[in-house]
Amino acid sequence: MGQGINDMNAKGTVFKYGDNVDTDVIIPARYLNTSVPAELAVHCMEDIDADFIKKVKKGDIIVAEKNFGCGSSREHAPIAIKAAGVSCVIAETFARIFYRNAINIGLPIIECPEAAGGIEAGDEVEVDFDSGVITNVTRGTRFQGQAFPEFMQKIIASEGLINYINNK
Amino acid sequence: MGMTMTQKILAAAAGLDRVQAGQLIEADLDLVLGNDITSPVAIREMDKFQAKGVFDKDKIALVPDHFVPNKDIKSAEHCKCVREFARRNEITNYFEVGEMGIEHALLPEKGLTVAGDVIIGADSHTCTYGALGAFSTGVGSTDMAAGMATGKAWFKVPSAIRFILTGKPAEWVSGKDVILHIIGMIGVDGALYKSMEFTGDGIGNLSMDDRFTIANMAIEAGGKNGIFPVDALAESYMKEHSDRQYTIYEADADAVYDAEYTIDLSALRPTVAFPHLPENTHTIDEIHGMDPIAVDQVVIGSCTNGRLDDLRTAAKVLKGRHVAKGMRCIVIPATQAIYMRAMEEGLLKIFIEAGGIVSTPTCGPCLGGYMGILAEGERCVSTTNRNFVGRMGHVSSEIYLASPAVAAASAVKGVLCAPEDLA
Repeated sequence: MGQGINDMNAKGTVFKYGDNVDTDVIIPARYLNTSVPAELAVHCMEDIDADFIKKVKKGDIIVAEKNFGCGSSREHAPIAIKAAGVSCVIAETFARIFYRNAINIGLPIIECPEAAGGIEAGDEVEVDFDSGVITNVTRGTRFQGQAFPEFMQKIIASEGLINYINNK
Repeated sequence: MGMTMTQKILAAAAGLDRVQAGQLIEADLDLVLGNDITSPVAIREMDKFQAKGVFDKDKIALVPDHFVPNKDIKSAEHCKCVREFARRNEITNYFEVGEMGIEHALLPEKGLTVAGDVIIGADSHTCTYGALGAFSTGVGSTDMAAGMATGKAWFKVPSAIRFILTGKPAEWVSGKDVILHIIGMIGVDGALYKSMEFTGDGIGNLSMDDRFTIANMAIEAGGKNGIFPVDALAESYMKEHSDRQYTIYEADADAVYDAEYTIDLSALRPTVAFPHLPENTHTIDEIHGMDPIAVDQVVIGSCTNGRLDDLRTAAKVLKGRHVAKGMRCIVIPATQAIYMRAMEEGLLKIFIEAGGIVSTPTCGPCLGGYMGILAEGERCVSTTNRNFVGRMGHVSSEIYLASPAVAAASAVKGVLCAPEDLA
């Protein structure tokens, strides 16, 4: 296992969603006439949870069930989530294009079926990227997710793949 | 242990004798694609990249098609960004309004995608080119940027599910019914991270347009790609449209699949995906047992079903008939060549006489961009590919995904139905 960099972790309040959260509800196409992160963030999750953007605080965490991020390949979806202040997305499974895009733009995501099942909306959750341990502070439970390999932590710390490649 | 068709293409592109599922490889790319939504983000990343220009100006395709002709000022700025990038980098395959079409119908027609290719596109329906025996998959804008700069992409070699197609589809049953049936069977994540490999004698009974439709919607089952073997029909299509050399790969006889399904095409019925997931399918027989589902709008078009076969089928249903009172029937030929051909064959006249409208090529309504947005509570039968919440407009609107035959019949009757239900 690689060395953790800067003790990377996430801590925040959970927004919980179900199966098949698609990229159209994460950022509806009617807003894709912009690609500015802050402008996208304003409409993040609008069609599944109109209150999300009013409530979300920097560091908060999204937890969902199967196939998170399915549908369109729009990178605007992870960009909007990251720009809204979300520090990590945990799901039972992710759709493959979303998974790739999230890593490429430096949004931490973890597949962990147990955590997806054992965390509810409003719970306080902490994620240690180095060990992959997910702690539900509210309920006093812990889940072992996949640890982030060093290169992935560096991509996240560099705010994306291109910066990471440039910094190498 | 043998390799699947997809694995053989990826092995060759990575310069390896063999690969296995789960292996990480770096492959050479034959084509990198982007549109007016995804390319500006990629171009911004390219600008950050300390690379000089693109890897090969002939192997990049830029197709403004989503919000084109420009629907508003912001969209116009995006298109301008793509146009200027194309000029600056002398991109051969940039398609301006007048020559553009919906990307996944356009590129095969222009001969830019052939068997054996490895293609990435910053659009999830890039998987369409599997119909010609290519490996093609959707990616995001950052991957597109890296692909444009380096001509390479990394992949995790996928395992595969095999679909053995047998028999001949009945009249009014098309590729759309085949793929909706499959998605209904395995679910929207049934092929997550996997290849969907189609085989069997039944393929000979599917037109190229049927195959494009089927491969196009592999992503709606979560698939990494969908792929067809290359037969005489696929070869004649490529010879007609392309002067590029193609390479035919076949799955090994002892290739291993995660699962196998045999589908008798002759037993399929017109199939519709109800809101709000493509897996939520019902056959026309099940629909006959339900209360009538009133429809406000019909869309016939998109990268899934905007090809000539689709328009011919819709015209066959609409000829001599008229759409229901209050129905908005929007027909969108996917490319200029299809548009022209449909005009020459008299199809456009049939649509207009039936009370429909015909639009220039655009993705427009499919993703709720423009040209047919739904109001609160409205219902659309659409030949497009996604019926997610809010996809075509208001969050309470509903999309029923169907074939051109079902869409056209529904336009006539004003309720969800098939051609067999018309007098």
